[in-house]
Order: sequence, then structure tokens, then C-alpha cells
Amino acid sequence: MTNPNLLITGATLPDGTRSDILIEGTQITAVGSGLSSAHAEKIDADGLVVLPGLVDLHTHLREPGYEQSETVLTGTQAAALGGFTSVFAMANTLPVADTAGVVEQVLRLGSEAGYATVRPIGAVTKGLEGVQLAELGAMANSRAQVRVFSDDGKCVFDPLIMRRALEYVKTFGGVIAQHAQEPRLTVDAQMNEGEVSARLGLAGWPAVAEESIIARDVLLAEHTGSRLHICHLSTAGSVDVIRWAKKRGINVTAEVTPHHLLLTDERAESYDARFKVNPPLRRQEDVLALREALADGTIDIVATDHAPHPVETKDCEWGAAAFGMVGLESALAVVHTTMVETGLIGWKDVARVLSEAPARIGGLASHGHAITPGVQAELVLVDPTTRRNFGVDDLASLSHNTPYLGVELSSQVVATIHQGYLTASNRAIVDAESVAARAQAVLRG
Amino acid sequence: MKHLLSTRDLSREEAIQLLDIAEDMAAVNEREVKKLPALRGKTVVNLFFEDSTRTRISFEAAEKRLSADVINFAAKGSSVSKGESLKDTTQTLAAMGIDAVVIRHGASGAPQVLAQSGWIDAPVINAGDGTHEHPTQALLDAFTMRKRLHGTGSRGKGLDGVKVTIVGDILHSRVARSNVWLLETLGAEVQLVAPPTLLPHAVDSWPVSVSYNLDEALASSKPDVVMMLRIQQERMHDAFFPNEREYSNLWGLTQERFLALPAKTMVMHPGPMNRGLEISSAAADSPQSTVLEQVANGVSVRMAALYMVLTGEREVTHD
Repeated sequence: MTNPNLLITGATLPDGTRSDILIEGTQITAVGSGLSSAHAEKIDADGLVVLPGLVDLHTHLREPGYEQSETVLTGTQAAALGGFTSVFAMANTLPVADTAGVVEQVLRLGSEAGYATVRPIGAVTKGLEGVQLAELGAMANSRAQVRVFSDDGKCVFDPLIMRRALEYVKTFGGVIAQHAQEPRLTVDAQMNEGEVSARLGLAGWPAVAEESIIARDVLLAEHTGSRLHICHLSTAGSVDVIRWAKKRGINVTAEVTPHHLLLTDERAESYDARFKVNPPLRRQEDVLALREALADGTIDIVATDHAPHPVETKDCEWGAAAFGMVGLESALAVVHTTMVETGLIGWKDVARVLSEAPARIGGLASHGHAITPGVQAELVLVDPTTRRNFGVDDLASLSHNTPYLGVELSSQVVATIHQGYLTASNRAIVDAESVAARAQAVLRG
Repeated sequence: MKHLLSTRDLSREEAIQLLDIAEDMAAVNEREVKKLPALRGKTVVNLFFEDSTRTRISFEAAEKRLSADVINFAAKGSSVSKGESLKDTTQTLAAMGIDAVVIRHGASGAPQVLAQSGWIDAPVINAGDGTHEHPTQALLDAFTMRKRLHGTGSRGKGLDGVKVTIVGDILHSRVARSNVWLLETLGAEVQLVAPPTLLPHAVDSWPVSVSYNLDEALASSKPDVVMMLRIQQERMHDAFFPNEREYSNLWGLTQERFLALPAKTMVMHPGPMNRGLEISSAAADSPQSTVLEQVANGVSVRMAALYMVLTGEREVTHD
């Protein structure tokens, strides 16, 4: 059985024009007005914005090893509900994704689930220990075709190892995604070091611990002529360093998370561990600098750092709690609320920072294209007028550690299309059995 | 007052009221039968996740003098990985019908988490949390200052214009934080003296003046009170200062510095003291030292805090 064709009518493209879109098989076959197709399933997109399917360069799917937090299936369901058609799965699983075997397992789980293209990220160093390079070439040459390498959660702190990694991945056009955190400056660190941490008596995570590593690494990237990506930029000073590096022609890209575009360290005043995240929430002036940098292109992409944790690791004292928050389901709404509604960027920019640029950085050829005939049908339909108080019902993740409960966010994903079939429809995910069957049908051609 | 979590939340009126009730409690403590029936039938648990014999005994004495039933719970290791969680421990106590929780915890904010959690519907008194606050210590310090300055005329008074210099490891000190907020509320002028490594990064946002030089600070401000903080052993090995001798030379209340102080200057220390490090025996054992008064007043202040959160009353009723 082949998947039915889809005809989207009256959607608003990122450039503001209204158009119909015909999808046959896995491809977009026509874009224009007055399209018709006798057998296609019709989707009325009047009033909805259509974007290329979102691509998240920074997701923690937790499988293998931490299936009580998330699995590849539930994580990609969360992705579909948030409008993502591809996610890059971070390497800090158990076992760590530092061999071809682990990355191929994650790849297989992703394609079986069928909700999104799962691209495994490989560890830079064996066991994320920062001492010995992981099998970078084996992972690159595996069926998972790994191109992004990261020890995320930990910093590649040794400058010599970082230099070697940057050089080595040039072999296969790879990129090192650095979690910039000087470990000695952040021993036991709990939150942003500043006025709030001083008052709350929580050990500080100073901005300089991020900025000094970024400064070191852009200079290493310049020296080696390598490609560097900086994960989750969180400070105004980091923006300055990246701006300087780009002006100098250094091949560096940078990401910001939705939560760093919205929330500040004052949230820690409640000692509510849902707001504990790494890098930590910063000051309002940092939030504003990050928004400006995303708007002017200094920061290339938004990535979620979706970090699911079970309830018991958050329902406790701050010091004992885990770092991280889920973000796939809320990312687009947070970007809309902080960047679009404020007039800083338009829908074309949203498509750039949440789809085109992350696909390009990650070497994901099948995603992130303008909506034109002949490209793979990876799309998301967004209702820009919805306003809602974000709630647990808005989550598909196995874990519920979102910082946005009760927060009013604007816009909502209505439907998500991956490889030509619906993964989310009517503001809810399509059931797992149908999605898996459709993914199978695609595989069989 | 439902809970006592932080001195930052206390209004001037509430703080003075608590100190005044502590005056009544101090009078009880001077009687032959040091006991009030105020909390008869109430069960108070001292939930100590961190060792502290002094503070625990002080609370226990306060609870017993108010006729409460006392349960001591020493729980070492608090995180999920180390055993029972704060949540499970608290829910267990709630199921036993505990009327109030006195908590000491190594994690900053743990008492607040407990008070907000809904795990237990009982008043919570913070007996020291991480490097956050130790409100009853600050209250007993304020009580001690007021008593020395005003004697039997203490009731109703704040600490307006009193000059207090706090010296030592401000960064890691919950005593310093609670004192800064309470002294500010009561009208005192606070000066902090420490090596820059032991001051919080954003100390300039606090309502205090700051100095790195103890001799200059003492000479220029002529403080009414000098409060020396304990230097923890673990700070010695983490590059906060070169060694004990240099710390003592630059920031200790040495005999020489002590003798240069005006005779009316109070010398305070929350205990336990490192004699010869942050404080000399000459200072600690002098009539200007309030160290033992602080211990005695601690019981009265803790009786007042328990009385306020458990009875909700603003004055002591004698029956």
C-alpha cells in the first residue's frame, strides 16, 4: 500500500504569498494556486503558515540507556508535535554514542518509529571523557553517516584534544559542536553567577566560563581552518566573541535555545528545579543580546537542547536536581513569542533559523529546502493566531520537565508532514501504528 | 508568620515582634522551672540532613521548654542517588502527623522547597540551608546586640544606626546572608570585610559597604559590633587564600587588632570558633565577647520562632 497524496490548500508561504501545495509520494510535486487532485487527502490551510519541516540540531533522545526519561519513539513524537521533521540525537546516552554500533542503533530506532529523520551525533571523545578521540571515522562511514560530533553535557576542555578533533573531522566534512564550559570555573555550579546567585546562596556559573572556551575554540578553528559549531550560546559576551570571529572570516556557527531567548535567572528565586538548566538561565541583558544576535545572523540557528528528565530528578532540592528542560513541543511557539511577535524577525527568518541553517550545518540534504516542486515533502503548518497557556497536554515527551507550564505562548503547530505523510494532525500527534506503517511504505517505495 | 525561611522576608515589625517575644522567653529561661505549656500536645521534628550538634541541641531545648514533643531525625545524604529523597522523608513525617518541621539541609533552598511543596502542611523553620540563610542565627545575633545596647529597655527597639562589621567567608556563609538582610531591616549599618575571593561576585548589589582591609575598616568605621565568621577547613585547599597564617594576619581578629578596638565594641562569633585563625583567645574570652550570650539567647529566640509559627500569636499568653 502506498501512502495517499496530500493537497494543502490556501497556505501562507514564508514570504507571505498564498499557495496550494501538492504532495505525491514523498515529494512536493506542485506549488501554486488552484491545484487539484482527485485522490488526494485535502488539508485546509486557510490562515495557516507553512514552513519547511523544522530541524533540531540539539536533541537528547536518551535511548539507549535512559528510557525512563525518553525513547527515540517518544522523543520523535514530541518533535512531530513541535513541527520538527528531523532531530540530531546527542551522544550522551548509555552506552555513549562513541561507536558505529550505537549510532546505527539510534538511526534504526528513528526510521522504524517514522516520526522524524533521526541523525545521531557522535561523541568527540571516548565515553565523553575528554581524553581519547572516539571512533569518529567509523561513525562517519557507518550507515548513520555521522557528520556532527559533540561531547555535549561536557566540554572538550583539553585544547590539544579539541585541536585534533577539529582537524580530524575535516576528513569527512564533519563539524565539532562544542559545549562551551570551562570545567574548573564551574565546579559544583548551580546557576548563573550574579546578583541572584549571591542572594540565593547557589554556586555560580560565571559567563566567563563559557566565553573563554568559545574564544579559545574560534582561534583554534581559525588556526586549523576547521568548522566549529557552538552549542547553546547563553551570554552577551559570547555573542561578542562570535561576532568578532565571523567578521574575521572564521568558519564558526552558533545556536541559541528557546529558553535562553525568554527566561532569566530570576526564575531560580523559587528554587523550582524546572528552571535548572545548563548553561544556566542568564540576565535580561543577555536575553536581549541573544535575540538581537539571532535577528542579525550572528547566531545562526535555534536548537532546543530538549533534555527530558523523570519527575523525581526535578521534584527535589535545587542542588540535587538534574540540569535540563524539554523543549521540542514549545520551541516554535517560544521563537514566535520572543522573536516574531516582537517584530525582530519574520517567517522567512524562522524558516532559516529553525530549518534551513540547521540542516545545512548538520549536512542533512533531504531537509531545510524552500517549498518548491521536487523537494522532499517535509513541512509544518502553523496557526500564528493561537494564544494558549502552555500545559502538560501540549507535551508528547515521556518527561514533563518544561519551564513553560502556565506561561502564555503564541502560535501553535497544526500539522507536521514527514516524507509525504502526516506525523501530527489537528494539533495532535498521529498514532504510532499508522506512522510506523507509513514509514514502512516509504522504505518499500 | 506561617514559616521562618529567610530573614529577607521579615518586615521590621515582624522582626521586632519576634525579638520581643524572645525577651519573654528569656525571662522564662531565668526562672527556676524553665518551662511553658504553650506547645503541649504538638510534635516538632528536628530534621537534620547535615550534622550540627549545637543548632540541633538549641532547637531541642527550645522545643522542650515550650512543652512540645520532640523527634530528632538525622538523615545523612539527601539526593535521590544517596537514598531517600527529601520528598519521601517529608511525606513520611506528614503521615505521622508532625506539627512543625525544623530543617537543616546542605542544599540552599531546601526549606523553601519543602514549604512550597505541598508534601506536608506544617510550618517550616529553616535551621540553616546550604550557603543560603540561617535566620534564627541572625535573629539571636540581633537579640544579643539589642540586649547589650539597651538591656531591660530592649523591647520595641530596632538597631538603628548601629555599626556592624562582619569579617570572613561571606561567600559561603548563610550566617552572613541572614545577618545582612535582618540588620538592614532593623536599621543597622553593615560593613563586610573579606578577601575578594570570599565575597560573592555581585556583592555590590547588597545594602552594605565592602572592604578588603580589616585594619582600615576597623579604624575608619569604629564599629559597635565586630562579627567574626568561621573559616571552614575545606576552604584552606581551594585557593581562596594562600594559607592559615596569612589569613589570620590579614583578616583575623588578632590580639593586637582586638586591643585596638574601643572598649565598648562587641565581639561576636556564631561558633564553633577556630581559635588562633579567625579569632584570638584574647578576643574570644574577653568581656567584650558575646559568644556564650549568643548561645543562651539562641534558645530564647528559637522558642519565640516556634511559638510564632505554631500558635500564630503575637504575644506570650501566660496560664
